[in-house]
Amino acid sequence: MKLNLQEPITQLGREVYDLHLLMTIVCGIIFVAVFGVMFWSVFVHRKSAGYKAATFHESTTVEILWTIVPVFILLGMAWPATKTILAMRDTSNADITIKATGYQWKWGYDYLKGEGEGISFVSTLATPQPQIRNETTKGKDYLLEVDNELVVPVGKKVRILTTANDVIHAWWVPALAVKQDAVPGFIRDTWFRAEKTGTYRGQCAELCGKEHGYMPIVVRIVTDAEYAEWVDGKKKEMAAAADDPNKMYAVEELAPRGEKVFAANCASCHQANGQGLPPAFPPLDGSKVVLGPQDGQIDILLNGKSGTAMAAFKHLSDTELAAVITYTRNSWNNATGEVVQPSDIKVARN
Amino acid sequence: MAAIPGGADHAHDHAHDHPSGIMRWVTTTNHKDIGSMYLWFSFAMFIVGGIMALVIRAELFQPGLQVVDPDRFNQMTTLHGLIMVFGAIMPAFVGFANWMIPLMIGASDMAFARMNNWSFWLLPPAAILLTSSLLVPGGAAASGWTLYPPLTVQMGIGMDMAIFAVHILGISSIMGSINIVTTILNMRAPGMTLMKMPLFCWTWLITAYLVIAVMPVLAGAVTMILTDRHFGTSFFNAAGGGDPVLYQHIFWFFGHPEVYIIAIPAFGVVSQVIPAFSRKPLFGYASMVYATSSIAILSFIVWAHHMYTVGMPVAGQLYFMFATMLIAIPTGVKVFNWVATMWRGSLSFETPMLFSIGFLFLFTLGGFSGLVLSMTAVDVQLHDSYYVVAHFHYVMVAGALFSAYAGAYYWLPKWTGHMYDEKLGKLHFWLSIVFFNMTFFVQHFLGLAGMPRRIPDYSLQFAEFNMISSIGAFGFGLSQLVFLVVALKCIKGGEKASAKPWDGAEGLEWTVPSPAPYHTFETPPAFK
Repeated sequence: MKLNLQEPITQLGREVYDLHLLMTIVCGIIFVAVFGVMFWSVFVHRKSAGYKAATFHESTTVEILWTIVPVFILLGMAWPATKTILAMRDTSNADITIKATGYQWKWGYDYLKGEGEGISFVSTLATPQPQIRNETTKGKDYLLEVDNELVVPVGKKVRILTTANDVIHAWWVPALAVKQDAVPGFIRDTWFRAEKTGTYRGQCAELCGKEHGYMPIVVRIVTDAEYAEWVDGKKKEMAAAADDPNKMYAVEELAPRGEKVFAANCASCHQANGQGLPPAFPPLDGSKVVLGPQDGQIDILLNGKSGTAMAAFKHLSDTELAAVITYTRNSWNNATGEVVQPSDIKVARN
Repeated sequence: MAAIPGGADHAHDHAHDHPSGIMRWVTTTNHKDIGSMYLWFSFAMFIVGGIMALVIRAELFQPGLQVVDPDRFNQMTTLHGLIMVFGAIMPAFVGFANWMIPLMIGASDMAFARMNNWSFWLLPPAAILLTSSLLVPGGAAASGWTLYPPLTVQMGIGMDMAIFAVHILGISSIMGSINIVTTILNMRAPGMTLMKMPLFCWTWLITAYLVIAVMPVLAGAVTMILTDRHFGTSFFNAAGGGDPVLYQHIFWFFGHPEVYIIAIPAFGVVSQVIPAFSRKPLFGYASMVYATSSIAILSFIVWAHHMYTVGMPVAGQLYFMFATMLIAIPTGVKVFNWVATMWRGSLSFETPMLFSIGFLFLFTLGGFSGLVLSMTAVDVQLHDSYYVVAHFHYVMVAGALFSAYAGAYYWLPKWTGHMYDEKLGKLHFWLSIVFFNMTFFVQHFLGLAGMPRRIPDYSLQFAEFNMISSIGAFGFGLSQLVFLVVALKCIKGGEKASAKPWDGAEGLEWTVPSPAPYHTFETPPAFK
């Protein structure tokens, strides 16, 4: 059972930690002093003990004193607080710049500048559903584990740009003393310089809908050499995974890929069995949209459906969207036999 | 509460007949009847909102999903907040105002008696809209009581119902406040200058101005959400040239004064009770008035301290931090004045005094955690964490609710003509204060360790404190039923209360018999 802030691993984090401790101690002392007086009164100035009430009801001196003294205490507190904020907001001269994009309900990371530029991936909760539903034992990092961790080098100034795709999210890692709202349509920024390697975990801090509690942030701080190796590996992986956008697929090729995309993006609302959670999240099994013209379904996936929880998924690649649409049209009781090709998505996008 | 038995007592007061039965309550223009209805209504909503809180705490009793799905969970947190703020606490203090302000200033009734009836009867439809929204397709609003867009734009019809409920509740409290301002400014007994008014009247005068100033702002903000949802506007949508953060600025321009709309009448009640049981006049009456006024004025210029993480310019963060810290000064003055009132008094500890001391102790704790949160750098860590949840429950529950109980026990003899059961009252206090701290004190630690608010499930490191908090919450919830028993017993019977059952109490309300007759001060009383 921890009683204080998480152990900070940045200079700023330590300043925040100390500032909080200082504030708590000063407030604690004043609290004890004021209520010491009150409890003295409660125990001594009792009617049952025969204490006769005094009649005073004002004292200009005392009243001026207890208005002025707090001003100085507050000034004493404001000084270190101001210094820390100024440092916190100085995001200049970053070594690495990474954009963190909030989606309902996962984080997308794009390495924009510095070593690793061009790397881009999506980071989703890795805790399996049975653990959440209490069917299996919960793991050590229950709800704080992801499939793709954000990897950054130790000792480097990392600037995080935040934005969002749908609603407001907030990127929070307590050990880094960083929390920044991710506002759709706007870019905000924050920064950190980790002093220790290791894995640090946080969560989305702004209520962003049904799965708000299920979009953790995991940052792995590594040495420069490990980072270079990771960048290398990640780039090769991305090159290998790149799809030829003009390839024509058959149902059997595309549907298994679609199942994975579905599990990562759609199943939390529409459910793995396609039955949804009506009325908020309609079933896809037997759905008019899924069994209707392809253009209608493509449009909903690209643009979302306003007035409902259905978000836009235009951040997925053409191949991923084609795969997931093909999957929904050929799963459960849906048997259209139709294939939606990546080129169809590309046309609809433009 | 339901002090006045229909018909018998007041039939001889007037030649004309009053309706009896349900029509008496529907058509009444009597400030005491309306005050009672406000108090009963707010207690009922307190129970409804409390049940929602218990659903939340049951889900959080242990990690994993057990009781509700995440969507329902979010609906519970949203409605719990809206119902407690607009349905329970605000109407409770309007109830006190209705009952007590005319009695305290020697007026025969509220200034606009028919409008008074209307402002109460707007509340039940709003409550029905809010609670029944749980049953519509898509469920109730699930965006938190702050209703931040763009999330609110995604919701179903439950969101529209919440918006209309907020509109109606807003109209009701604006009308109630206009009534209070007019009554206080125009209907005081001859000789009662403003600076001789009981402090409760002062606090309500200031609060009423706050309500009139900020409720329309909230109404505007939720109306913009409504048009964003249905009529193609883009106030809060960046793709259409709007800004989601604009909503937060408007909301908190309402929201911060709202905190004081809840807290300031609570200050007023405590300022009546502490002198009565200290048998000594309130210390620093004038400085209390000035401190309350400065808190009210400052409350308009600190709103963005709720938004330190939205990414405002650093100059903005610094300004809002300094302005927020200033509030500690008048608040400190008030706390010092209350303690100085008790100092060298002749103290006794009946239930109203216990709740007032509980208020003083825990509200100050909530004030200090507020001071910690005012530090931008610290707040960046604690914003939207359980530390904030703990902080505002110390202010709202241990502050406003405890003071409302202090007031209820203090004036129950005047309302019902009977003394309440002192043993049960004390039991209610001790159960409440123990379980309250068990529920909320540990939430400070959860927030510090990094648990975000508004999540239905959490990682294993938070398990112990959540379990303690949930047990405390159920204890606290059940303890409130003790009050119901005390109140009902007191209405039905008990030791007869004299006109002034508290030997240290001061004020015109204690010059009329207990229970207060249906009509009082038809001719203004003499006030020295």
